Amino acid sequence: MTFKTPFVALALALAALAAAPVRAQGTLKVMTTTEDLASIAREVGGALVAVDSMARGFQDPHYVEPKPSFILKLMKADLLVAVGRELEIGWLPPLVTQSRNAKIQAGGPGYLDASLQAQILEVPTGAITRAMGDVHPQGNPHYWLDPENGKRIAAAIAGKLSELRPNDRATFQAQLADFDARLDAGLKRWAAAMAPYQGTKIVTYHRSFPNFAERFGLEIVGYVEPRPGIPPTPQHTLDLINEMKRQGIKLILVEPYFDLKTPNAIARETGAQVLVMPPSVGGVEEAADYFKLFDYDVALVADAIRKSGAK
Amino acid sequence: MRPAPIVRAAMVAAVMLAASNAAFAQVPDASPQELRDAIDQLRRELDARLSALEARLAAVEGEPSPGAAPAPSAAAVPGAKVFNPDIAVIGNFLGAAGRNDVDPAPPLELREAEASLQAIVDPYARADFFLAFGGEGVEIEEGVLTLTALPAGLLGKVGRMKAAFGKVNTLHTHMLPWADRPLVIDNLVGGEEGIADAGLSVAKLLPNPWFFLEATGQVFRGDAGDGLFASSRRRDLLYVGHLRGYRDLSDSANVDLGVSFAQGHNPAGVVDDADVGRFETRLYGIDATVRWRPLARAIYRSFLGRSEIVWSRRGQFGGEQRAAGFYVSGDYQFARRWFAGVRAGRSARASDAARRDQEAAGTVTFWPSEFSQVRGEYRRIGWADAPASHEVLVQFLFAIGAHGAHPF
Repeated sequence: MTFKTPFVALALALAALAAAPVRAQGTLKVMTTTEDLASIAREVGGALVAVDSMARGFQDPHYVEPKPSFILKLMKADLLVAVGRELEIGWLPPLVTQSRNAKIQAGGPGYLDASLQAQILEVPTGAITRAMGDVHPQGNPHYWLDPENGKRIAAAIAGKLSELRPNDRATFQAQLADFDARLDAGLKRWAAAMAPYQGTKIVTYHRSFPNFAERFGLEIVGYVEPRPGIPPTPQHTLDLINEMKRQGIKLILVEPYFDLKTPNAIARETGAQVLVMPPSVGGVEEAADYFKLFDYDVALVADAIRKSGAK
Repeated sequence: MRPAPIVRAAMVAAVMLAASNAAFAQVPDASPQELRDAIDQLRRELDARLSALEARLAAVEGEPSPGAAPAPSAAAVPGAKVFNPDIAVIGNFLGAAGRNDVDPAPPLELREAEASLQAIVDPYARADFFLAFGGEGVEIEEGVLTLTALPAGLLGKVGRMKAAFGKVNTLHTHMLPWADRPLVIDNLVGGEEGIADAGLSVAKLLPNPWFFLEATGQVFRGDAGDGLFASSRRRDLLYVGHLRGYRDLSDSANVDLGVSFAQGHNPAGVVDDADVGRFETRLYGIDATVRWRPLARAIYRSFLGRSEIVWSRRGQFGGEQRAAGFYVSGDYQFARRWFAGVRAGRSARASDAARRDQEAAGTVTFWPSEFSQVRGEYRRIGWADAPASHEVLVQFLFAIGAHGAHPF
């Protein structure tokens, strides 16, 4: 047995040497923090990239466990795409530090904050303190729920991929143009489906849907959470019920990772309907990619408004 | 920005086509001279229209996308503050009631205020400082440079740091699920201070198809843990080794196993400031952690089970003391902000292995928000040489400043 060990070591070393150049010419390994970014990266990168994401769509992206298994994936990544705006601040930094990958460190050539070109809502002005809850000082990080921002994210990813693989720039740009065109067509379809319900007032659990609401003409008038990241309190719930009754609000949107007890109680009191609405790709099985996410969410909301006569 | 050549060519072609149609429509029966004049005039018009189109294209390309918020820029933060490190302070307030004749804590105490200063140094490293303000003054709990850009899958650390021995030793007080530390840590692994010292650390991932495997090697000056290790010569270094294996059992569950080793000089041989004994202590440890957190309900339910076993071999006058100890604990999150836990353990004392203490504890923790915790703990310790202690501990933990990472 012992005489084999040097040969095994030598074989491993040779295999490592042989593998290195192959990897350099192969597909770009892209890691994303969420499945939304992964879906867009797949559209833009096509066959030239292999994409994997860390948080699952049905998981609260603020609270992801920084598992060592993610370190293994990050170690091999050529590009890391993050949502940014401090969405991943509780879990991404230690993973990146431990990744042993200089490329994907913040500011490195393989690190992309996808929010930099996007339209960001709810950027706080004036003094902010944590008495306001878990506020994001750089604005609401759930910006991907607007297809126009999807295009901006895609353009940023295509730009980064082109930097990493200049020879494939034309391919990335062509795939970006194709994605944009299909997204424009989708946006027409989704806007048409939502057009009859412009101005419908709704309540959401967390502040996950401001971009969606703005794009499709919904008006968010309250939240089940009294403040971001703070669970419902009896007084706030009571106030919300009264406000919903006063304004005749018939829809409560809840992200799949929140408990339905309080929303259901509010619904019983107000006659409103609770919709479990995925804010991310993979949040439900049907929302398998970025297009299907909007197909699903738009159909869910439009059907509910139509049936409830909320508008 | 100049338009790309192909765009420019296309514009020329389009304008010429339009212009030529117009020219032929205007001069059906023209003489050669009139035609030349017409062509010259067309060329001038063409140049003018092309320039206008180029200007418009350049303007369009230079515009930011409509409605886009500006990227967070350094300009938003005045002056050099943009490079200030992330600063946070965590307070640990502890109240104790009941009987403890061996190691009584004050009834009310701000046990520690930990200030952290963290930032990226340059493209190759980050730095993390943890300053502990306690009853004994200010202490650098950790001050460490982490080298993130080393080749060959290495992660290097330089500075004062907590040694990679087991689990509890690597965790800051506010990350523990208890108001105190397990007995085995107090008796064998240096207590609250733990094994923390100035040194060098190198960790390497050992890639394999089955699980996450990380080997860590560390060398320290040799003074750590309140009498656990003490160096009386420059070459009395402390060596620590740790091997960690981790594997996801499913999306919701994972298992984390480790073996640890530490070897260094101890102060048992010091007589009248001279180290006549030259004794060493060796520690061996095994740690195991099982975590469960269903992804779709991750903020409401979780379980963490953990155990560490430590063996101590301490050289001293009268022969080597062979002591061992362990703890086993479970913490269950039963609501978004509520946790309950139990812990049991037993440990001999490092310098007198015949004396064995044992403990049992239960905790209830409430998190008003992500930035504060209130914890109640009942603890019973059966001392080897004193009446058993029964205590209730109440702990308030509160954090201000930069948002730190969640513990794992």
